[in-house]
Amino acid sequence: MIISAAASAPPVIPNYGGPQGGTHGCIAQNGTFCWDWVKGHWGDILQPRLLEHLEMTAIAVGIGFAIAFAAALLAYRKRWFETPFGVFSAFLYTIPSLALFQLLVPFTGLTMLTIEIGLVGYTLLILFRNILAGLRGVPEDVLEAARGMGLTRRQMLFRVELPLAFPAISAGIRIAVVTTISLATVAAYITPLGLGQPIFNGLQTDFTTEFVATGALAVALAVGADSALVAAQWALTPWARARRTT
Amino acid sequence: MGSEGKRAESSAAEIVFHGVTKRYPGRSAAAVDNLSLRIPAGEICVLVGPSGGGKTTAMKMVNRLIEITEGDILMDGQSVRSLEVIELRRRIGYVIQHVGLFPHMSIADNIATVPRLLGWPKARIHARVRELLELVGLDPVHDPGRYPRQLSGGQQQRVGLARAMAADPAVMLMDEPFGALDPITRDRLQQEFLRLHAEIRKTVIFVTHDIDEAIKMGDRIAILREGGVLAQYDTPDAILANPADDFVARFVGADRSLKRLALKRLSDIELLPVPNGDGSLYPTVAGSTTLRDALSLMLEEGRRELAVVDEVGAVRGLCSVEHVAALLAPEGQQER
Repeated sequence: MIISAAASAPPVIPNYGGPQGGTHGCIAQNGTFCWDWVKGHWGDILQPRLLEHLEMTAIAVGIGFAIAFAAALLAYRKRWFETPFGVFSAFLYTIPSLALFQLLVPFTGLTMLTIEIGLVGYTLLILFRNILAGLRGVPEDVLEAARGMGLTRRQMLFRVELPLAFPAISAGIRIAVVTTISLATVAAYITPLGLGQPIFNGLQTDFTTEFVATGALAVALAVGADSALVAAQWALTPWARARRTT
Repeated sequence: MGSEGKRAESSAAEIVFHGVTKRYPGRSAAAVDNLSLRIPAGEICVLVGPSGGGKTTAMKMVNRLIEITEGDILMDGQSVRSLEVIELRRRIGYVIQHVGLFPHMSIADNIATVPRLLGWPKARIHARVRELLELVGLDPVHDPGRYPRQLSGGQQQRVGLARAMAADPAVMLMDEPFGALDPITRDRLQQEFLRLHAEIRKTVIFVTHDIDEAIKMGDRIAILREGGVLAQYDTPDAILANPADDFVARFVGADRSLKRLALKRLSDIELLPVPNGDGSLYPTVAGSTTLRDALSLMLEEGRRELAVVDEVGAVRGLCSVEHVAALLAPEGQQER
């Protein structure tokens, strides 16, 4: 695997000097993984890219959620709307990501906007389906009782339907977040943002440590975000884990 | 049975169905056809009948979960159509078969739903929740914080009842409220509800398909036949004694005389004097026994008379087969 190990010339990867600009052994020899490089470039490469990645993901899922939520509410009230939006979001979901980004470039350029449009597009199907399934899953007897007690439509939505749909909605958000984190690495093809950028760099320069470290970081981000969401859901739904005690 | 006045202490409203008809679009037959009946304030009126009789439809037109096509329903003289629908529903307690508790809310929050919508102060809601939990036989210390899924079916329906009564509605609508419970729990809840009703005296419209439940629960029974036509509206005793037609007779069952006997207790009837004052010659039976059970005992013992005793065991008088039969007779066209 380490084809460049034979090269004995000083820095094989010229632009990847250590923190002091020096050339550490494993960088010079391009070992599988060089911890010193990670420490040395946490501040100027890894951390900023990680934050960018998180930001891209948050924006994409946030906007995607807003659109999917509005669409799901509409489909919940007006059944005819489900099919057109479902087909539209499924269509977006099937477009290969690289192709979609390429398609958008002529219109929106090599910008963050291009990336976000793509990423948002991929969240819609999952979020729309889950929000709608959550709302539709509210038991009929619960709705009837609520109606019979004189809750208005708005009160029913906020006090009954959305809280009960929450577990399904939150499951959708988790999937959307994890897939967006993974997908957002491809965005670096368009513009040098996020964890995808060091991965591409590493690939292009054959510098193993860089893409191994960044790839691991992307996985850790996905796992961390998912765990955080699980914890949030657990904290917000004490009723779902109540067990019979007597 | 005036409906006016005394709304202050225990609110109950008279309900009048006035030529109420429900027709669903695209269906020629009416679901409820020209239904007229008057339910005095504070009484339990049971709507009973086979499926397709429109009993649930008739009930749901009171709180306008179903809109009336023709006619009107008056609550204390006021048309339900003249009221804002949300406000109307908050004034009517609603209990359904599958309870429909909010699974994400604690028992206390479930019960507090309507008082909160009405903007009651916190302290009043808190006090009311405790009062209601006690009223329906739940634990006001441990139960308020529990969630519906932690309760048994019977306990859930108790919470359902408490929730429906929370804002002291003048009228309660109950749609097969005990239908999903096992027979023992159902019987207990029926008894408890009757005791509760004696205390709170709400006007109750109670839907069931079970004639025995109707006889047990109703001050009055409205029997609806297919097509939503009122077949008979009267007290359980009067319906059992004089079914209006073959349909009602079949619906109440061939054992309707026995059912009638189950409505009366030995303590309710006039007893025969004991010959020579010696009751020890007869099998004894408590005054709280129904005539039906007394008759069953006579058959079992092979005796024509029973000595009825009170709580302390003193003989109150005799009850005989002829005596029981005579009680059934005077109502008119009985079969020989």
